[in-house]
Amino acid sequence: MQYQSQLVAKPYFIAAIGLFIVQILFGLIVGLQYVVGDFLFPEIPFNVARMVHTNLLIVWLLFGFMGAAYYLVPEESERELYSPKLAIVTFWIFLVAGALTIIGYLAVPYATLAEITGNDILPTMGREFLEQPLITKVGIVIVALSLLYNVTMTTLMGRKTSITIILLMGLWGLSLFWMFSFYNPENLVLDKYYWWWVVHMWVEGVWELIMGALLAFVLIKVTGVDREVIDKWLYVIIALTLITGIIGMGHHYYWIGTPGYWQWWGSLFSALEPIPFFVMTLFAFNMVNRRRRDHPNKIATLWALGTAVTAFLGAGVWGFMHTLAPVNFYTHGSQITAAHGHLAFYGAYVMVVLAIISYAMPMMRGRVANCAKAQLWETWSFWLMTISMVVITLLLTGAGVMQVWLQRMGDTPMSFMATQAELSVFYWLRVIGGGVFFIGLIIYVISFFIKDKKEAVTTSV
Amino acid sequence: MDGGFFTKSRARNIFFGGSVFFFLLLLVLTFDTVQKLPKSDHRENITPEVARGKLVWETNNCIGCHSLIGEGAYFAPELGNVYKRRGEAFIKAWMKAMPTGAPGRRQMPQFNLSEGQMDDLVAFLKWTSEINTQGWPPNIEG
Repeated sequence: MQYQSQLVAKPYFIAAIGLFIVQILFGLIVGLQYVVGDFLFPEIPFNVARMVHTNLLIVWLLFGFMGAAYYLVPEESERELYSPKLAIVTFWIFLVAGALTIIGYLAVPYATLAEITGNDILPTMGREFLEQPLITKVGIVIVALSLLYNVTMTTLMGRKTSITIILLMGLWGLSLFWMFSFYNPENLVLDKYYWWWVVHMWVEGVWELIMGALLAFVLIKVTGVDREVIDKWLYVIIALTLITGIIGMGHHYYWIGTPGYWQWWGSLFSALEPIPFFVMTLFAFNMVNRRRRDHPNKIATLWALGTAVTAFLGAGVWGFMHTLAPVNFYTHGSQITAAHGHLAFYGAYVMVVLAIISYAMPMMRGRVANCAKAQLWETWSFWLMTISMVVITLLLTGAGVMQVWLQRMGDTPMSFMATQAELSVFYWLRVIGGGVFFIGLIIYVISFFIKDKKEAVTTSV
Repeated sequence: MDGGFFTKSRARNIFFGGSVFFFLLLLVLTFDTVQKLPKSDHRENITPEVARGKLVWETNNCIGCHSLIGEGAYFAPELGNVYKRRGEAFIKAWMKAMPTGAPGRRQMPQFNLSEGQMDDLVAFLKWTSEINTQGWPPNIEG
């Protein structure tokens, strides 16, 4: 670690991992509720547990992105962070606001929460992923502004690299598109149309810029490959991302009341969306094969390779599976969507955040890499989490195919609930997959506490 | 991808040029979509009842279990066409009867909606079922 202020990233990463654990616990609850319908009812109804599961995912990934930005920007800019104090204050604001929001979800009925937080002033709640009370949404804006101010000033006053420029564009884009969460017209079709300007523009747009920047940073560090080469790949990847992904948003506009021509635009462009993920996989393996140093942090390299491959599978292949309009007509809003969502989020965003944590945490704890034993534990957690998530995805895909077959095809379609009963074997196995994932996560956490005195890598950087 | 014609600055230019071009294309398509929407969303039928019904829908987090025109959670039935599948009387009776308490079955909470809120919600679901969704869902089961 080259600059003292990079240390502000540490609480962000710790909070990210803490919230990740809670997110998975709630994932296990919703998974169980799929098969034991009255599990924890009425204390934690499905809608509440799911909202906690998805909102925590978003929040901890944001913690990860922010921690990554605070770690990476000083190093890239070759100067201390503009204001470490502001970064720490912002951390506590975000953590307390996030925790209060989750407690609010769990403590009172959602309608009551909406009432006491003044949803009447500007109704924004009750839309998927945007369930947060108005005050939390405003809080996110404040936290984002503080982050943007801090890292932009640092960049402006220091060295400007392609990685920081792309990361900053990602973070600015994230904040700008968030503003659409405040727009909730009475007309459901317009509501849905612009809802995607948050959701799609985040996960299939600007977040990919952040992912690319983080991946490139880790690859530069662990491979020692020339920056010029890495930068060029990075620009090619994000160019392909936005060229395909912006109009690719059309794949959400097939059936929500929008004109039929979106079926052509959406199918054509979103069919190309796997390409940048494929190039990202080529990029990661190429850089590692052409490495000019053997970095002792093997597990960070594994996460970097893993995120590229799994993002290609989850976002690329599983996205393509149901993106063409004639296919999507049958699969829209089925378990196929859930399958894709799980592997895409895990591969692209969970794993890239774990990659940067894996690289940066040892540095912040005064060593280039963790001891071999700790890396072995983390490697186990890598495989357990990744394989179980692939298995979960395959099971949900199986459930989705069967659901489409029983409920949406043929002359005597079954009702939704009757179909769900037929899928229970897939859902039971999925819960087991979730259990294995959770074990992997516990092993991941344990790896932080594994010490091996004999062969500690003591070199401080 | 080293050196030669395809340099880093060319890659960067493709990124900036491509992103700006396709974002402008999105704005053009959005402009056109917004012009055409009134024909498919029948906004002339958005009465105060429908608007209030959307708020009832949102403030009870219905999307946390159900999907609405295919978007939302996939734990409970699609409701974009529930007005056509079940009709007003069934929807109201169903919501009043919740939760069933049947052991092991998925449970829907009791939301204690007033008669007025119930009417608003049904009006919203009726309007939603009349949106031109290009023929989706494939059949009445949603």
